[in-house]
Amino acid sequence: MKKIKEFIIEKAIFLSGGLSIIFVVLIFVFLIKEGVLFFKYVPLRDSLMGNNWYPLSNPEQFGMLPLILGSLLVTIGSMLISIPLGVACAFYIAEVVNPKFKDILKTGVELLAAIPSVVIGFVGMVTLVPWVKSIFNLPTGLTALSGSIMLAFMAMPTIVSIAEDAITAVPRRYKEAALALGATHWQAMYKVIIVAAAPGIFAAVMLGVGRVIGETMAVMMITGNAAVIPHTFLEPVRTLTATIAAEMGESIRGSNHYYALFVVGIILFVITFIINLLADIFLHRIKK
Amino acid sequence: MNPKLSQKIAFTVLFLSALITILPVLLIIAVIVKNGISAISWKFLTAAPTNGMRSGGIFPAIVGTFYLALGSTAISLPLGVLGGIYLSEYSKDNLFTRILKLGIINLAGVPSIVYGLFGLSLFVIYLKFGVSLISGCLTLAIMELPSIITATRAALNSVPQSFREVSLSLGATKWQTIRYSVLPHALPGIITGAVLSNARTTGETAPILFTVAAFYLPHLPSSVMDQVMALPYHLYVISTQIPGINKNITYGTALVLIVFTLSLNLFGIILRTYLRRQKKW
Repeated sequence: MKKIKEFIIEKAIFLSGGLSIIFVVLIFVFLIKEGVLFFKYVPLRDSLMGNNWYPLSNPEQFGMLPLILGSLLVTIGSMLISIPLGVACAFYIAEVVNPKFKDILKTGVELLAAIPSVVIGFVGMVTLVPWVKSIFNLPTGLTALSGSIMLAFMAMPTIVSIAEDAITAVPRRYKEAALALGATHWQAMYKVIIVAAAPGIFAAVMLGVGRVIGETMAVMMITGNAAVIPHTFLEPVRTLTATIAAEMGESIRGSNHYYALFVVGIILFVITFIINLLADIFLHRIKK
Repeated sequence: MNPKLSQKIAFTVLFLSALITILPVLLIIAVIVKNGISAISWKFLTAAPTNGMRSGGIFPAIVGTFYLALGSTAISLPLGVLGGIYLSEYSKDNLFTRILKLGIINLAGVPSIVYGLFGLSLFVIYLKFGVSLISGCLTLAIMELPSIITATRAALNSVPQSFREVSLSLGATKWQTIRYSVLPHALPGIITGAVLSNARTTGETAPILFTVAAFYLPHLPSSVMDQVMALPYHLYVISTQIPGINKNITYGTALVLIVFTLSLNLFGIILRTYLRRQKKW
């Protein structure tokens, strides 16, 4: 009896072990299953490179370029803010701060990650959006800039915590050698430690990018959702994620529009897959 | 420049960066608490929304979120713990394990809206569960899985190897060893991981958009095949789709939501800090 119980439990363990792979494959298969029907009717070139996303007009047009560029612009904007701030914050926590306050700072960063994106979107709508509107004297504050600023803070926890791990993982003797040669603590940090931690910091940035590209609710609430090719940060944009979230509810199941949204999902899946792969390769490099 | 001076300047810049990173958390919480506290009343917490969600309470959304949190954890916790046990105790250092780890990392990195699409395609349509509590719980459970696996694995790995050796040398089988001399020591770490990952999914909106969330449903679900309202989606709806709504209600809803997720998080973080101090080996 005991043997049988043990046999079953061990089989369950092996099965659950493989589950993560199964789910990744399932996600891809079920996105493809719906998305592939889209290409039966619409050539790839018209959709990926098309300039117009008019899913409800007649004839319908599914040019995804505005969406791709929208996601790209918001991501670049948020990274311009969050990379310098996040890496600096990671250095402060790992190297400078009094150990007594270290836990408090780390908890603060973690709590930032804990605030639901819909709450960040809401607070952005009532605070940041009116400011952007009045500061730049715009017809609307729902712009790529507002989205970038809010997203920067959502990428920060990822960047700070992984970069901090990378900095802490740098062998002490590197720093000690630099200090022994007469370098100040700061010189040791920006000439030695940052170089040794570079692969980890790069991985942190990649994962931050992945987080930003996949972010949905906050972006949908504060970027204005205009599916046009953006030229500046002060215009409304629409991202890949927001397009799915905003339109899936009203698309008719089995229509080209419905399948097109799954294609957008496939694009997102592939982008984040590549980003995670890259980040993992770099994180692996430090361990060796 | 004098190296001492440049260090002083640099450290000030680093300090300011840390301040700018932390400050928004406090600001967001302050804005919501200040404006939302006046909306909170017994009626707000226990009544259904009325008048097109412009008045009344948010009770169905609270209950819906509670069910989703409970249901998704009930599914993801056993699977995640078993998966973590496999990685820590059974897996060998081979190609399969390498692919498995990559799978977990990718699962953690899939955008939440893509989980929503996946849930729609697999659970709602293919398995014919419809837009229902069960579809939503399953979608959220898969999302929680990677963090629970990772937390379990870390907790198991931190149990010293000698514990296993003693148990095995006394004639216990591998499973008995895991069950009686490894798992009990790893349990607190596993629970912390589960609480933290649950706090994360509780606040998610995108995965439940097409799998479970109801726009307006003033009564409670009677089975797992029913739709439910959920706090994050409700907040999205009333802050973007209901023009002229009293902002008090919106802030109040946001306040209830962050109290929900932040208290879960703080509980997890405090538990973890406490456990780290307790460890004697």
